[in-house]
Amino acid sequence: MRDELLEILQDLHEDIDFETADNLIDGKILDSFDIVTLVGELCDTFDIEITADEMVPENFQNLEAILALITRKSEED
Amino acid sequence: MLFTSYSFMIFVAVTFCLYYVCPKKWQWAILLGASYFFYFMAGRTYLIYILVTTVSTYLAARQMDARKERAEQAYALQKDSLDKEGRKALKAKQKKGITRVFLACLILNIGILAVVKYTNFMIANINGIAKAFGGDGTLSFVDLVLPMGISFYTFQSVAYLIDVYHGKYPAQKHLGKFALFVAFFPQLVQGPISRYNELSESLFALHSFDKQNIAYGLERILWGYFKKMVIADRMLVAVKVLIAEPETYYGSFAFVGMLFYALELYADFTGGIDITIGVAQLFGVKVAENFRRPYFSKNIKEYWKRWHISMGTWFTDYIFYPVSVSKPFRKLNKFAREHFGDHVGKRLPVYLSSFVVWLLTGIWHGASWNFIAWGLGNYVVIMISEELEPLYHRFHKRFHVAGTLPWKLFQVIRTVLIMSCLRMFDCYRDVPLTFQMFGSMFARPNLSALTGEAFLGLGLGVTDYIILAAGALVLFAVSMIQRAGSVRTKIASCSFPVRMVIWWGLFFIVLLFGAYSIGYNESQFIYNQF
Repeated sequence: MRDELLEILQDLHEDIDFETADNLIDGKILDSFDIVTLVGELCDTFDIEITADEMVPENFQNLEAILALITRKSEED
Repeated sequence: MLFTSYSFMIFVAVTFCLYYVCPKKWQWAILLGASYFFYFMAGRTYLIYILVTTVSTYLAARQMDARKERAEQAYALQKDSLDKEGRKALKAKQKKGITRVFLACLILNIGILAVVKYTNFMIANINGIAKAFGGDGTLSFVDLVLPMGISFYTFQSVAYLIDVYHGKYPAQKHLGKFALFVAFFPQLVQGPISRYNELSESLFALHSFDKQNIAYGLERILWGYFKKMVIADRMLVAVKVLIAEPETYYGSFAFVGMLFYALELYADFTGGIDITIGVAQLFGVKVAENFRRPYFSKNIKEYWKRWHISMGTWFTDYIFYPVSVSKPFRKLNKFAREHFGDHVGKRLPVYLSSFVVWLLTGIWHGASWNFIAWGLGNYVVIMISEELEPLYHRFHKRFHVAGTLPWKLFQVIRTVLIMSCLRMFDCYRDVPLTFQMFGSMFARPNLSALTGEAFLGLGLGVTDYIILAAGALVLFAVSMIQRAGSVRTKIASCSFPVRMVIWWGLFFIVLLFGAYSIGYNESQFIYNQF
């Protein structure tokens, strides 16, 4: 799961080290266009459904937060 | 029963007495009875519409929860005997049933709104198209009742339905309490579009007589009346004249009208919401704020996060996000990224979703082309500013003006002017005429016509202009104070005599300077019609 996610993120911004980046939203590394693209990719790749409520900065601030979101959604679905 | 009428004030006073005199366990019932009475007084047939929405949404939400519970039990029993695919198939099958209930209720309620609000607009367009192609275009209009506040309570109910569908919170089991959530009278007329999880706690709680809360509520109501009756209703007189005679009042007068309307709409809508929040507070109910000093916004995007907040977040949460990450849009995103590169690929679905949002925002405001043009005008401005972002960055790299007072002022004035220009669609209610009047500001400015005498010809006297200027200054000063914290908390910390002077001062200002005399007929709030 981690590798797949890293691949998706790297596709969005190949110049960023997502393993260490800790402020993807606050640091404006991911903008609203990236988030919409990322959520679409997450839904397709991990077969999950992410609702508007979950599209909040806390869920996308770093790699671990996104992984936690995917894990939570996979368990729910 | 308008918010500014004496009958409304008496109605609130009676409800208030009953609310605190009767046993607390009846408080919700008193508010519900009062809400239905208020709605009944607005139009006898309106009640049928709101009851259909209430009962259908209540039953659908309960049914979805019951199905979810049964599904969970069945899943728990069967999951050990199924492989991963089997479990997935079972969940998908269970979800189908819940989705069916959800869609049926959604279609019913959106359908009612669409039929009562847009049928005649559709007929007018069909007639227009038929005539353009040589036909008769004589389809007759349908005599339909448009229940007051239907757009507000339908959107509020739909948000609840979607949230329950997504499992954000359980369905309300008490029909009466749910009915109160849909029909709570202070917000029935012009919103805000409250969320169930935000409103329900204080709406259903048992409230004791809280002097501080009631004083805050009364202050807020008084402030709302000041905005509505002293400023908005006075400004309305001049705005009406300017709009009614575009052949006389063009060029510089169109510009003046645009600014007058900006002030009128702000005072009218925020004043109405102040009254809503204040009345709710009298009953201990906390209604969410709908404005955060919107005219201080740096750009249009920010403006829309600070103006009519509940509508903006509704469209973002229930239209923008679901549409932009829906399957077709995900496919479009992939396709566009593969064929046109990342820049276009990422933007295309977002811009298309925004287009849908602004088109619907326009249509929501009214069944006419001027509102659609207004919505799309906002869309175009936001898209242009989004695309100009790299240019702004280069500008700020070259010129270090960002953060300086003149630059901030420039940004605020720019926002007010752009928003006021767009509102001309709302003002003139005629798309070609709006373009003509906008063009006249540059092509035929007619500056020499801006004389004192001409201003006095707009139905207002010198005293009225002085009151308006003073009122606008007060609005500005209060907004400035609000930046450092709540004005009401500041007033509460003042000594008793000072508080008395402020309260009674405001009361007498409304009483003395409210626009009663100039053709006063308890003018409706602009947002009532939506």
